[in-house]
Amino acid sequence: MPVDTSPPRDVRSLFPRLEALLPHVQKPIQYVGGELNSTVKDWDATDVRWALMYPDAYEVGVPNQGVMILYEVLNEQPDTLAERTYSVWPDMEALMREHGLPQFTVDAHRPVSAFDVLGLSFATELGYTNMLLALDLAGIPFNSADRTMDHPIVIAGGHSAFNPEPIADFIDCAVLGDGEQAVLEITDVIRAWKAEGRHGGRDELLMRLARTGGVYVPRFYDVDYLPDGRIQRVVPNRPGVPWRVSKHTVMDLDEWPYPKQPLVPLAESVHERMSVEIFRGCTRGCRFCQAGMITRPVRERSITGVGEMVERGLQATGFEEVGLLSLSSADHSEIAPMTKGLADRYEGTQTSLSLPSTRVDAFNIDLANELTRNGRRSGLTFAPEGGSERIRKVINKMVTEDDLIRTVTAAYSAGWRQVKLYFMCGLPTETDEDVLQIAELAKKVITTGREVTGSRDIRCTVSIGGFVPKPHTPFQWVGQLGHEATDARLAKLRDAVRSDRQFAKAIGFRYHDGKPGIVEGLLSRGDRRVGKVIKAVYDAGGRFDGWSEYFSFDRWMTAADQALADEPVDVDWYTTRDRDNNEVLPWDHLDSGLDRDWLWEDWQDALTGTEVDDCRWTPCFDCGVCPQMGTEIQAGPTGATLLPLTVLNSARDRVLSTADAE
Amino acid sequence: MARKPEGPPPPPAVQRLRMHYAKRGRLRFSSHRDFQRAFERALRRAAVPMAYSAGFSPHPKVSYAGAAPTGTGSEAEYLEIALAQACDPEQLRRAIDESLPPDLDVIEIVEVPVNGAPSLADRLQASVWALRLPGVAYDEAARAVGAFLAAPAVEVSRMTKNGLRTFDARGPVVALEVADTPGDGPATGEQPGPCAILRLVVRHVTPAVRPDDVLTGLRQIGALAPPETPAVTRLAQGPLDESSGAVSDPLAPDRGDVGA
Ligand code: SF4
Repeated sequence: MPVDTSPPRDVRSLFPRLEALLPHVQKPIQYVGGELNSTVKDWDATDVRWALMYPDAYEVGVPNQGVMILYEVLNEQPDTLAERTYSVWPDMEALMREHGLPQFTVDAHRPVSAFDVLGLSFATELGYTNMLLALDLAGIPFNSADRTMDHPIVIAGGHSAFNPEPIADFIDCAVLGDGEQAVLEITDVIRAWKAEGRHGGRDELLMRLARTGGVYVPRFYDVDYLPDGRIQRVVPNRPGVPWRVSKHTVMDLDEWPYPKQPLVPLAESVHERMSVEIFRGCTRGCRFCQAGMITRPVRERSITGVGEMVERGLQATGFEEVGLLSLSSADHSEIAPMTKGLADRYEGTQTSLSLPSTRVDAFNIDLANELTRNGRRSGLTFAPEGGSERIRKVINKMVTEDDLIRTVTAAYSAGWRQVKLYFMCGLPTETDEDVLQIAELAKKVITTGREVTGSRDIRCTVSIGGFVPKPHTPFQWVGQLGHEATDARLAKLRDAVRSDRQFAKAIGFRYHDGKPGIVEGLLSRGDRRVGKVIKAVYDAGGRFDGWSEYFSFDRWMTAADQALADEPVDVDWYTTRDRDNNEVLPWDHLDSGLDRDWLWEDWQDALTGTEVDDCRWTPCFDCGVCPQMGTEIQAGPTGATLLPLTVLNSARDRVLSTADAE
Repeated sequence: MARKPEGPPPPPAVQRLRMHYAKRGRLRFSSHRDFQRAFERALRRAAVPMAYSAGFSPHPKVSYAGAAPTGTGSEAEYLEIALAQACDPEQLRRAIDESLPPDLDVIEIVEVPVNGAPSLADRLQASVWALRLPGVAYDEAARAVGAFLAAPAVEVSRMTKNGLRTFDARGPVVALEVADTPGDGPATGEQPGPCAILRLVVRHVTPAVRPDDVLTGLRQIGALAPPETPAVTRLAQGPLDESSGAVSDPLAPDRGDVGA
């Protein structure tokens, strides 16, 4: 008997029911949708439908580039529909439960459970409890094993998907790497399966996805453990399932100029600007940086491609700031002509440019001045990451103290008065001495600043984040520093900064305690057994773990004690324990392209403080990615320049047309 | 910030315009700050030649007056902008309206002299509100309104940014009546049923008495407890004629003031 493609579902808008709740919640506009450049398509005119979720509050999720790109790529397909959904705050959650309102999309306010796919983008593991919240409110069973043909396929993407093992029970699939081509391939598989009558049910669909080699279906792999708790092996449990699943890499960024029409929310969001990704990937080789390791090789968008996206995006949005986004934006081979060209083009329009994540050594003050020519000047942020020269060699952050002082001097001479320095605490091999060097560096920065400006009115803010070892990095084997040790080290640093009355007022000191880092560490390098902990935390009320006002360390530790009581492992085992080379890591079957032996060697090099250069300007150092993934570095310079545009003025001509006639 | 802004000061304002706009439908849930952001972005998309303030962080010159609270619709919102290049008001109205999200609608723009125009904010003396009360019958509403109007004062409390404030919700109420024609159905929800509509005229005072304060007063003194969330819309705001209680168009004195 042929099974019909989709059962009829009630996809009428939930908005009338939602509307009655809105007067009773904080910031109701976040649930209303209707953002500029958002899309509502006819449900019945499409046959594959995605609900895309960024599992955090709307104000964090709505500017997320990944979701914005996929939303647009999918909606450009005539037969495909994509809508967005975000985590609801506890005040709304309570009302939704009281009134039986399910998790809804903000575009057409349809129930998430009615879609073919729920695609979640995880920028951080701290969104896992929010995924459970969304599943719960959507009426989708927590465990993938309990889902039926009536439930969406739950797919995880984003950086955390490079080790999805802690959420293996809750997701149906994970996709590694760049999403824009991958979502189209998945859509095709689903479309064909539906058109053929959905034969074989969910299992068949998941099998077809797994066979592509680019979609990880955790349930098709068995994990065996050794008596001491380590993993013995991870093996496919049925024929046709690949031993390893590969990441996706988009090769020509100019062919993917998304988002073309960035979303402009009415509500305030964390990034009140539009962003253009100027390149993807980074081969600086900072050993702590998972983003750099898993997004290799470097693929630049051309200067002209960037220019077109900026122009199109500004016209479509009206934003007054453009962020030139990447992992290290000053490294673009044509960053100087790009920023100068853009600054020239938008002269007199109150449009400012920003370069988030800028390296100390690549930065120069001409660039800083171009960036702020047309608009506002915020402080300059530099990230030396490590306080001492020694530790910077360990992490392969090749910045000397002289580099830093030279750059900061130039910044102060050019009129900047506020410099922010970002460091990490808890790096491998780190001692108190390495961290105390941060204070010395900050003092030197202030001293130099006072000298070159002749003024005492300068400031330097030191921001410290706790280091969390991540999968697919050379530090994936290292034991994390415990939270007590982190806190003690930071207290010493704080005292060192404050004790010197010459500097105490000029140096700001920002840091967080080490506890959230331990939970992040548990989730980053956890295996399938950690899923029980996540569920227990959710059941105990855990949500919005990325928000300090909601995060509870004690809730996590209590849940872990209980959930792992029958296992030979505990939180320390996952976080502060060193692993050796022959231990099977939970993510070893997920292929980021990095050669495991190269990672191990790089870890050994770290221990001896041996630096590795950048393969963009030195020969390939065989990290493994390019041959494994069939990719290559794509970098300029192209030699093209940005011409001034007259487009902006044409809109203005319209409003001016009959006035101003003297 | 010690740094001095570089370059010449921004060009001066050559034209001042007053805008009447509406906040409708779903966008009644936008806050005033949400509106400001959307409006300033719309100005940029429409390439309106705004005059900017001088200084380190130049801002487009926009003055907002008497915005309706989050959650209430409004047919009568007003603001004023200053331009660095003169524009035709009707062309401008169309361009800004197109650039704003649907449900934020520009109704009219009138030009006023750059200097010396009487203040718009001073003219916004009172508001006329419609309060749709789904599930509330005419008689029930009329009884509560009668009790409210008969009281010399009705003390209500509301959480504000500065904590809990208690004030009289009765004094500033110029008029409160139940509309004769019963509503044609509830504003929210799906059940048909009675739906009383109140018409409220309230004087602008400090602290402001808002429609929800009057609803609180009606609940306290007239035991009026709407089973569903009332839908509140501002119908008009402007100069108040004390004797008749009429609220007139605040832009009327400006029309034909400049040019034409
Ligand atoms: S394989 Fe070679 S060229 Fe490619 S990213 Fe690795 S080091 Fe660079």
